Amino acid sequence: MAKILMKGNEAVGEAAIRAGCRFFFGYPITPQSELPEYMSLHLPKVGGVYLQAESEIAAINMVYGAAGCGARVMTGSSSPGIALKQEGISYMAGAELPCVIVNMMRGGPGLGSIQPAQSDYFQSTRGGGDGDYRLLVYAPASVQEMVDYVQIAFDKADKYRNPVLVVGDGVIGQMMEPVEFVSKPAENLPEKDWATTGTGGKREPNIINSLYLDAEKLERHNIHLSKKYSYMQENEQRWEATGLEGAELVIVAYGTTARIARSAMDNLNKKGWKIGLLRPITLWPFPEKGFQLLDETTKHLLVVEMSMGQMIDDVRIVNEGKRKIHFTGRSGGVIPSTSLIEEKILEILERSE
Amino acid sequence: MAVVFERTKGLRPVSTHYCPGCTHGIIHRLTAEALEELGVLDRAIGVAPVGCSVLAYNYFNCDMQEAAHGRAPAVATGIKRVLPDKFVFTYQGDGDLASIGTAEVVHAAHRGENISIVFVNNAIYGMTGGQMAPTTLAGQRTTTSPLGRDPLHAGYPIRIAEMLAMIPGAAFIERVSVDSPANVRKAKKAIKRAFEIQLEGKGFSLVEVLSTCPTNWGIEPPLALKWLRENMIPYYPLGNFRDKTKEEATDE
Repeated sequence: MAKILMKGNEAVGEAAIRAGCRFFFGYPITPQSELPEYMSLHLPKVGGVYLQAESEIAAINMVYGAAGCGARVMTGSSSPGIALKQEGISYMAGAELPCVIVNMMRGGPGLGSIQPAQSDYFQSTRGGGDGDYRLLVYAPASVQEMVDYVQIAFDKADKYRNPVLVVGDGVIGQMMEPVEFVSKPAENLPEKDWATTGTGGKREPNIINSLYLDAEKLERHNIHLSKKYSYMQENEQRWEATGLEGAELVIVAYGTTARIARSAMDNLNKKGWKIGLLRPITLWPFPEKGFQLLDETTKHLLVVEMSMGQMIDDVRIVNEGKRKIHFTGRSGGVIPSTSLIEEKILEILERSE
Repeated sequence: MAVVFERTKGLRPVSTHYCPGCTHGIIHRLTAEALEELGVLDRAIGVAPVGCSVLAYNYFNCDMQEAAHGRAPAVATGIKRVLPDKFVFTYQGDGDLASIGTAEVVHAAHRGENISIVFVNNAIYGMTGGQMAPTTLAGQRTTTSPLGRDPLHAGYPIRIAEMLAMIPGAAFIERVSVDSPANVRKAKKAIKRAFEIQLEGKGFSLVEVLSTCPTNWGIEPPLALKWLRENMIPYYPLGNFRDKTKEEATDE
């Protein structure tokens, strides 16, 4: 199929529909509103339902109800809206319901700004809701990758019976890029025999629930969830590594920031420096296996984020004190420039010589 | 020997956790009987709330989902939009529906969402130990209004049925009570009618059921029924507040 030029938010909608998503419950918020707009126009054409909820909280709880019936269902929002959805996300993780949530991140805290940011790393990976739970979190870096990972996200959500979060930022949501929709055969997914669809008089009632009043039962449930998350940590890490061999310094960045970092890397490598790039594609599980590939020559890791530094905590954890860790970034909706990154790299490397 | 009374198939053969004298048991039975008599148990999906009836998912003999506090109408909306041919109901208390979940119920009614709600109003938070609810009467003592609810400080008790009846999307709104055998029979009739409204595809239906909480009111069950009659019914009058099917009949 030929490539077509699409805005990020709209491409996400199209990818979801092609992945079999037939239900979308949302609420308008900049910079992701083109996603509900796209769904409101295109879902009815394929027999699906778009419904505008009265609030982000209602939207995620509608997703809960729909997912509990076994439907492929999605919601999308941006940072403060995702904050409001945390209640429902925690309940879905507890009740083991699959769904896909898209967060086109904007500056925070609070009402913040409507410009691009990556300051929801903690919210995405640490659980904004209550309890011991994890989300599979994808952070694509282009509109094409967004499209590819939306389909993967639906399959993984069904496979693990867990909410999957796809995070972009205002840049990816708003910019237009050529995309190609390649439908991949779905993984061999388990049947949703747990769904509440009416007993039909043929089975015992199904119950969708996250309440375990007996402490030991809840602990058993938490152990069960924890085993699932461990399996995901072992099998779902994804990253992209460039120029690790012989690198003096490796940049660690994801999403839009990784693309800026790549330009900075190329500029410096042309001048004879040896810079690499490690781009996490899954924020959770954090791709620690990618860090095991770092070369002995690499003495420095430079974390670049559109935040005051959040992913840097995970880099510190996987680094285990082996290399020096540095940070640069911009926040509040300001996008870091290649020169900011280049200057920071030169400052690090020239100081250490 | 002739059988004069049987457990409805709408309830599972288990004991409930409700306190002695609590009227939740009666309201569960009425709801379950309506489900059974209308023949929808096999295609019903119920939504349980947070509060005293949180464990309703263990009692109703049909598919159930347990919702976050107040979110049952949103959860029911998600279910009904996926499975429009199934029967979808929520069972919610007054802390759940009239306080933390007011937005969800108001908007579900405005959308004319084709679901049914059994709303149990006992004027108090039961599960958490007797705190003031939005439905707590003026002057009523609770653990968080120890001197009695003062409307100038804590606001006025909320009349859900009257409020929802003003919403164009609401098809059937009625308030009933379970303080006497006669009222129990009327309550059954209202719940069954609300469920029929959904089966006829007419839209949003809700029955508010005045209920007792002897434990947290601190009075014996028979006196609790009397207290309901003498204090709640004057402020929360019984009756039908909206029946679109009758309005349509009049229009014609």
